[in-house]
Amino acid sequence: MNNNNIKNHALNVVEIRKDFSILNKKINGKQLIYLDNAATSLTPEPVIGAMNEYYGDYNANVHRSIHYIGEKATKEYEDAHKKVADFINADFEEIIFTRGTTESLNALAYSLTNDLKEGDEIVLSEMEHHSNLVPWQQLAKNKKVKVRYIRINKDFELDMNHAKELINKKTKIISVTHVSNVLGTINPVKDIGRLAKDVGAIFIIDSAQGIPHLKVDVKDIDCDFLCFSGHKMLGPTGIGVLYGKKKMLEKLNPFLFGGEMIKEVNFEDSKWNDLPWKFEAGTPNIAGGIGLGAAVDYLKKIGMENIRAYEENLVNYAFRRLNEAGLKIYCAKNPNKMSSVLTFKVDGMHAHDVAALLDRNGIAIRAGHMCAMPLVNKVLNEPALCRVSLCFYNTIEEIDSLIDGIKKAREVFQIE
Amino acid sequence: MKENLDSNWLGNKEEDEIYRDNIIDHFKNPRNYGEIVEAEIKHSELNSICGDMIRLFVKLKEGKVEDVKFKGNGCAISMAATSMMTEILKEKTLDEIKNLKKEDIFEMLGIELGVVRMKCGLLCLDTLMKGIEQMEGKYGIKN
Repeated sequence: MNNNNIKNHALNVVEIRKDFSILNKKINGKQLIYLDNAATSLTPEPVIGAMNEYYGDYNANVHRSIHYIGEKATKEYEDAHKKVADFINADFEEIIFTRGTTESLNALAYSLTNDLKEGDEIVLSEMEHHSNLVPWQQLAKNKKVKVRYIRINKDFELDMNHAKELINKKTKIISVTHVSNVLGTINPVKDIGRLAKDVGAIFIIDSAQGIPHLKVDVKDIDCDFLCFSGHKMLGPTGIGVLYGKKKMLEKLNPFLFGGEMIKEVNFEDSKWNDLPWKFEAGTPNIAGGIGLGAAVDYLKKIGMENIRAYEENLVNYAFRRLNEAGLKIYCAKNPNKMSSVLTFKVDGMHAHDVAALLDRNGIAIRAGHMCAMPLVNKVLNEPALCRVSLCFYNTIEEIDSLIDGIKKAREVFQIE
Repeated sequence: MKENLDSNWLGNKEEDEIYRDNIIDHFKNPRNYGEIVEAEIKHSELNSICGDMIRLFVKLKEGKVEDVKFKGNGCAISMAATSMMTEILKEKTLDEIKNLKKEDIFEMLGIELGVVRMKCGLLCLDTLMKGIEQMEGKYGIKN
């Protein structure tokens, strides 16, 4: 570990790494180097501990039982909502726990398209993950609504001139990714929000790749909805968030019916519970919610500004090294618009072979279309690409190992 | 102990190596690469895990394979397996190629594949079998 490098930052990476026991694991006899954080982040001990504590000490259902452990579970689960609300500068009533970004976006697609009529338009971008594309595409097909895609430019950023051309009075919904899971581009969501406001469209952000790396303030961005996943921000899988402006959530019909979400049920009709519970039908993922709350605590303790500063340095270093290795990199060129993702191609090798050979050195990367087939196959025109995605527990030394690993992989394929 | 779940396993023994020279050679210099315009069997299949794509062309004459070509894009295992398969198909009868088994592909590759890479290795056989089915459907040939 190069301590000089770490001293330049407010982050003590040596200490932080001790919270992630998986980082000590050996893969194929080599120390694990985990560079697939955009797929899922690793889970620190305090998050695992918080979930274990729930199951070990106060395993009870929430919002019903008048006994100690029931009340304790309710308090912890509600506190997790408050922690998430604080984290993104939202109000408690505006935070709905879902299974993840995909469920949050699907819920919106189902609920919002009910009001759409033939000829209306939905605007997405070419860099969407399947989860922010397929739900809208399929519902649009049924409703005869048109989906339009904001192009990306040669710098792998959104073409904002094209966005201005596309967004008009027919636009009813605009849903874009905050940070591309392929290109790592940080999109100008505030600017897109203003375009949405000008035409009165609902503005949704898929922040699955934004929240774990950037400080997000929903009031500042001024979006109507924002969706993200727990497992990409050090939390567990199976829990995610749908943030919605209170006035939007009040208007929105529930997308799941059952227990928890009701205030009063009669044989003829029912009344809905208060926000946010109106949207959380059934027994929720209590341990997952509590784990997500612990993940927020963990991120806040380190500080999102510190995380961003450290990761910016790391991703710039990785970019420079990959570039020096002569690899084609598909990412935003402006470092201010670059998140912690670097997608690249090794000429003469298929991405899966690169990933398989890196795995031999304990290095985990992603290879394929990264759940963004239209972008990778049609826009970038590649059958498959390699992706390295970083987190604040990664180090300069791990990037060096990656570069060595790529060199070895090229040797196996006899590439000069 | 060998972990079969780990598809990229490289043990200390040479037989655990999946990226052997012959595989790399077939990947870099695929045999029978190209198209046959008038082929009885023309079929494409995709392995969505890797993004491997194969288009296979088989020209039959009097119940025998006269020519085989393929086009594709994919990982070394999928491309090498297809290249090798095209070599063994030539001069075989339709019945013989219908009887090709996955074990034949493994034997031809000479490597052991984990669960994930198995799909890459067997994509060629899958494409061939589906192509035969499609042809038989089209020409109304029954078994």
